[in-house]
Amino acid sequence: MICKLHKLAQRLKSSLWMLVVPPTVWALHFLFSYVYTAVRCAKSGSVEAIVDIRTGITVATVVALLLVAASGYVAWTQSRIDGDLRPYQDSTDEDRLHFLAAATLLLAGLSFVAILFTAIPAFIFEDCI
Amino acid sequence: MSVAANSQPDQDDPAVRAAQEERLRAVWSPPSGLFLRWTDTNNNVVGIWYTLTAFGMMLFAGVLALIMRTQLAVPENDLVSASTFNQLFTLHGSMMMFLFAVPMFEAVSVLILPQLLGARDLPFPRLSAFGYWSFLIGGVFVAGSIFFDAAPDGGWFMYPPLSTNSSTAGIGADIWMLGLSFIEVSSIAAAVELIVGVLKCRPPGMRLNLMPLYAWYILVVAVMILFAFPPLIAGDLLFEMERLLDWPFFDAKRGGDPLLWQHLFWIFGHPEVYIIFLPSIGIFAMVIPTFSQRHLLGYPWIVLAAVGTGFLSFGLWVHHMFATGMPNISLGFFSAASEAVAIPTAVQIFVFIATIWAGRVIWSTPMLYGAGSLAIFVIGGLTGVMVAVAPFDWQAHDTYFVVAHLHYVLIGGTLMPLFAGLYYYWPLVTAKKLSDRLGRIAFWMMFVGVNLGFFPMHISGLMGMPRRVYTYSEALGVGTLNLLSTLGAYLFAIGVAVVVVDLCLSPQRQHVPRNPWNAGTLEWLEFAQQENWGVRSVPLIESRYPLWDQPDFVRHVDEGRYFLPDAEEGYRELMITSVLDARPLQVARITGPSVIPMIAAITLGGVFIFTTFHLYWEALASGLTALAVILCWLWTGTGIIPEKAEKHAGLGIMLPLYASGPTSPGWWAMFITMTGDATAFAALIFGYFFFWTVHTDFPPDPLPGLTGPGWYWPMLALALILAGWVLTIAARETNARGKVWFARVALAVAAAANGAGGLAGLAGPWNSGLDPTRHVYPAIVWIMAIWIATHAMLGVIMQLFVLARSLAGRMTPVYDGDVRNITLYEHFLALSALITFLVIGFFPRLA
Repeated sequence: MICKLHKLAQRLKSSLWMLVVPPTVWALHFLFSYVYTAVRCAKSGSVEAIVDIRTGITVATVVALLLVAASGYVAWTQSRIDGDLRPYQDSTDEDRLHFLAAATLLLAGLSFVAILFTAIPAFIFEDCI
Repeated sequence: MSVAANSQPDQDDPAVRAAQEERLRAVWSPPSGLFLRWTDTNNNVVGIWYTLTAFGMMLFAGVLALIMRTQLAVPENDLVSASTFNQLFTLHGSMMMFLFAVPMFEAVSVLILPQLLGARDLPFPRLSAFGYWSFLIGGVFVAGSIFFDAAPDGGWFMYPPLSTNSSTAGIGADIWMLGLSFIEVSSIAAAVELIVGVLKCRPPGMRLNLMPLYAWYILVVAVMILFAFPPLIAGDLLFEMERLLDWPFFDAKRGGDPLLWQHLFWIFGHPEVYIIFLPSIGIFAMVIPTFSQRHLLGYPWIVLAAVGTGFLSFGLWVHHMFATGMPNISLGFFSAASEAVAIPTAVQIFVFIATIWAGRVIWSTPMLYGAGSLAIFVIGGLTGVMVAVAPFDWQAHDTYFVVAHLHYVLIGGTLMPLFAGLYYYWPLVTAKKLSDRLGRIAFWMMFVGVNLGFFPMHISGLMGMPRRVYTYSEALGVGTLNLLSTLGAYLFAIGVAVVVVDLCLSPQRQHVPRNPWNAGTLEWLEFAQQENWGVRSVPLIESRYPLWDQPDFVRHVDEGRYFLPDAEEGYRELMITSVLDARPLQVARITGPSVIPMIAAITLGGVFIFTTFHLYWEALASGLTALAVILCWLWTGTGIIPEKAEKHAGLGIMLPLYASGPTSPGWWAMFITMTGDATAFAALIFGYFFFWTVHTDFPPDPLPGLTGPGWYWPMLALALILAGWVLTIAARETNARGKVWFARVALAVAAAANGAGGLAGLAGPWNSGLDPTRHVYPAIVWIMAIWIATHAMLGVIMQLFVLARSLAGRMTPVYDGDVRNITLYEHFLALSALITFLVIGFFPRLA
């Protein structure tokens, strides 16, 4: 099973679109946290809303982290196809793939941390005021 | 691609090379003559105009700052009146942002991006020229207003309700809104040009992992412009509808909300800071390897930093609004993102330090500016981390602490790196070095001046001195601090003046040899007594630093041993390559000098300028002329069918001369433009739901004048526009299969359906009698319907244009770029119509 997943991850095509998956997940998670909180705070009582907000943001955070972890995993496997050829500076298919994978992996790390940052306020504040 | 560089025997013959050079020279010759020289479109000329104009704007805005600092030198000063002071700080901020920092990024990019990529020019040279002329016209219009005591005076963010109320804000607010909207259009034009340039015009072999880092920064920043500027354009539209027609988008009495403007402004305004910071810091990524004499360490880390900062910077906008009373938990999200953005920002600084550490450093003048600006920037960054903490910000908000913070960031992060770039790239443009002695004197004056000028502001701010006051009381106890700030500002200004003197002395100096810094990147193939053609042949790239790593590289380029060494058919030509791996795809022919971009800018500028003065008929006439000029531009200058299908591009490869769909630059330009357009549309939708979220009376009770459009007209409009969309797709497909007449009929019917759809969209609010001046609900429904109707009409023009192209034989089943591009437009139109009509037709029933 894991072996199959690993093979699948290696086969996915690395591109500029893949590079922006982790930060896009951060952006969607951020937007959801902001919009959902704003609507819940405006449309229901200040204290009642917080339970909904915490639940919503917890679910969103878990989903977002899983997505980022998955894209990081794909990047990690791709950066190791045919060995690690740092610093990826030749005009070859391998180096281009390894570079994109390495950059995606780094962005996945940053996005992972930034998503956790975004989730923190939901667990510190106890109302909407 | 594997063919050796010297496999073209004829390049060994000097006579062959001389003949090639003669043909290239003829094709790329600049226009001459008193007027005609201004019709040039070549990037090395337009880039210089652009840079000089932006530099001039910076000097002008700097003088405004000096007048302010003189006024504030002592307490209770009366050098300028409060009203003049308001105009000074508004224009200083607006000009530095809109007329210096952003245009300077575009200018530098237009000037050096083709060189960085070993390209002969950018893919749409006339668009660059159009952007420049728009910037010049809009810039002179906005900056000149201060001489007529009519400059905007509402702060660079123009907060309503004071700025929308005509009794508190005069014509200056309209000049700001319309003049700068016009410049925003030119910024989006530049973004299109630069994104397509970076993605499609790289030399063969320059895969993404070999791209110069400055090009990565340009790519990230141009994409940011696409998402940051359109919300402001949407905001400008709402703002002017309120000022000119009394539609109450920001008027709380009639259901509007001034905070919507703040959101739209700062969704633009915060990424804007990174839009001007990233390209300046990107200059270091070129300067540091040269003077460290080694490859930059951590290339993927820089890409992480650029892309990561680009994204995260969109999650910071509310930190400018911490004091507006939003729920604390919401502030928390933005505070968190504001802290997170410090991570990628710091990563790039550490990469630079590591590279310097690992290399053999030559402490040249550009390096001095680089190191100094990093020090200044870090101080600004650290106070940024402080004000990102909401409780601290509530104390510091609207005080001089924030003025100190933003100037440390912008001078350290934008202005001083540009001086580093000026000293570094001056030989590339003029073949002369600037004076090291004057440069260092200027540097130390500026470095001391910045710190003397702005550090005391931290303290005066914490002592309670508010921003944007024209004077202050002696009792506040900040007199000495302000005097120091003024002295610092003058010292800084003298430093800038020394640089100006250095520039003026440059023509008298000796020429320097090519690549005087012994740099390794591609732009140094150029030398300033160069021919107008850019590179002699488009190289094959195998390294990030080809001048260091590829043997005999410069000689091979100069002897035309790579691609496109000739212009045998008499056209200006570029290599188009694939996005990821820079595989050659096409030889694109680009257009040369033309007066059309200038006329298009003048006529389009007329629309904005006449509207400012409420001269609506003149504005309409100017708009129609602009439309005619742009259609003429498209008809004569785009999608030209080549005389043969393909040509020898050099090194034994044949490439097509025409491409359509996603392999062509034009398709990408449409895609990128429409992404920006969709962002502006999303900002309007955000406005609709913002009102619904914060106001219980949205939508209001269905009284006469406030009743929504119902579902019938919106659904009819949607059906018609979707029909237009399907028919356009049908036209594309049938045309490609050779059924040309079927495609023509489909286009004609599609145009009729789109036109009728736009009108039906307007019929909804019209028939239900929605009165847009009574309440914000009718106003936002109207504006959404008008948005779609306008886009549908543009769709009609495009469909009829393509129909005419087909009838005139300028579009055929093979050469079908036109219909593919407008199909892409129709995809976006269909999606925005779907969202609009579902929202205005059905959301009131759910809310």
